[in-house]
Amino acid sequence: MPETYIARSTAIAARMLGGEMMIMSALDSTFFTLNEVATVIWQAADGNTPLSEIVERRVCGEFEIEPEVARRDAEQFVSQLSVHGILLVSDRPIQELKPGSAETR
Amino acid sequence: MSLLVEMNEKAMALGVPLTVHIDVTYRCNERCVHCYLDHDDHGEMTTAEIKNVLDQLAEAGVFFLVFSGGEVFMRRDFLELVEHARKLQFNVKVKTNGVMIHEAEARRLRELGVEQMQLSVYSHRPEVHDAITKLPGSLKRTVDSIKFLKAQGLKVTLSNVLMTVNRNDHKGTQALAKELGIAYTLDPTVTPMIDGNTSNLYLRVDDKNLDQLFADPELVGDVDEYCKPPAPVDDDALEGYSCSAGHTACYISPYGDVFPCVQFPLPTGNVRRQKFADIWYRSPQMQEVRSIKIKDLTVCSSCSHAGTCSRCPGLAYMEGSMRGPSTTDCEKSFHRTGIPSANMLRKASMASAGPLVQILPMTV
Repeated sequence: MPETYIARSTAIAARMLGGEMMIMSALDSTFFTLNEVATVIWQAADGNTPLSEIVERRVCGEFEIEPEVARRDAEQFVSQLSVHGILLVSDRPIQELKPGSAETR
Repeated sequence: MSLLVEMNEKAMALGVPLTVHIDVTYRCNERCVHCYLDHDDHGEMTTAEIKNVLDQLAEAGVFFLVFSGGEVFMRRDFLELVEHARKLQFNVKVKTNGVMIHEAEARRLRELGVEQMQLSVYSHRPEVHDAITKLPGSLKRTVDSIKFLKAQGLKVTLSNVLMTVNRNDHKGTQALAKELGIAYTLDPTVTPMIDGNTSNLYLRVDDKNLDQLFADPELVGDVDEYCKPPAPVDDDALEGYSCSAGHTACYISPYGDVFPCVQFPLPTGNVRRQKFADIWYRSPQMQEVRSIKIKDLTVCSSCSHAGTCSRCPGLAYMEGSMRGPSTTDCEKSFHRTGIPSANMLRKASMASAGPLVQILPMTV
C-alpha cells in the first residue's frame, strides 16, 4: 500500500488559541478549528513524514488511541482538509511551499 | 453560534488580542475631505521595526491582521511587510484606495494569500468621488485596481462613507459594486480629526438621510427586524461590554503607539519602547478600558438601547468620557427605532429646565 504524505498549504491563516488550532483558508474563507489530536497531525504535516508514521509516533504515542481507530480518524481528517485545499496530499514527499509561490493557490 | 463567534468569545475569556489593525503610514496620495489623519511623516517605524512588531503579534496570538493607512502603498516596502505577515500565518486584510495597484501588485497580493482587500469609493460619479479625494482621475484608477484584484480571484469589498457631499450617490455606488461583482459597505460615521479637531464633522449627514438608510432593505436586510424596538435590558446585557476594543482588538499607529482601537485615541504604550505583550496585558489604560461594563456607563446603563446600541467607546472618549455616551450612536439608535436614548432625553430635559441661575434685577 503506497504511503500518504501531507503538507500544510501556505494559502491559509493559522493560530493556536487555548489549545485549539484556528485555520482559515485564504481561498474561500472557510474557517476551521482543530482539536488537540488534529492539531498534532496538522503540525506534523511537513510533506516529508508519511501519514502512517505521524499516526504511529505522534497520535498513538501521545494519546491513548487504538492504532486502527487513529489511522481511520486521521485519514478522514486528511480527506476533509484536503477538499478545502488547506492540506496537500500526495503519494510522494511534498516539497516545502512558501507564501508567494505559485503552488499556494 | 458560529465558529468565529465561539473563537472570539474564547479569545475574550483568555485575554488574547485576536485582531490588530496596524497603520503602516499616514502618508497618502489622496486628500479626502473627511479624513481624520495628519498626512505628514513624523517618523514612521522602519521595515525592521514593523517586522519585529508582527513577530510579537504572532507570539501574542493575533490571528486577524488589518494593514491600513494613510495609503499602504506609499511605503515601498509594503509587499515585503505583507510577505512577512503571511509567513507568520496571519489572516491579512488590506485597506487601500487602490490607485497604485496594477496587475503586478494584484498578482503578488494573491500569491501572498491576502484574504481580503477593502477599497474606498465614495461615488460612482468621477466628479463627486474625485472632488472628495482631491485626486483627479482617482475613481477610474480605483475601479481599474478593483478589476485587477478581481481578475486574480481576490475577495474585494467596496467601502463607502456617507456624507453630505455624496449623500445622493450611495445607490449608484452600490450599483457599481454590484456591477464589479464585489461586496459593498456603507458607513454614515464621520470621525473627528485624530488631534481632536472637529472641523470635518460638517460632513455628517442629517436625520432624514439616516432615516432613509435604516429603511433600506438592500443595506440592512429585514427592516422590521433591524428597526424593532430594543428588547428590555437584562442583567446579561449590563454585564457585557460595548465592543472588542481593548478586549480582543487594538490599533497600532505608524509611530508605534498602541491604542484600544483606531477610533479610540487613548494612548496605552509604544512598541518602540515596550514589548507589545507588556502594553496589552499591563498598560493601566488598557486595563481601565477592559474593566468598563455596560452597567458602569454613566448615562447609557439606564438607556433602553443599552443591550443593542452600537455605542463606540472611542467616540464617547472623544466626546469627553469613555464611560459617557456617544451622541452619534444615540442618534443612530433613535433613527433606527424611533425611541430616544437616555442621553437624548437627558439633554432635552436640561434644555427645558431653564437657566441654572435666575437673577432678578434689584429694585431700589
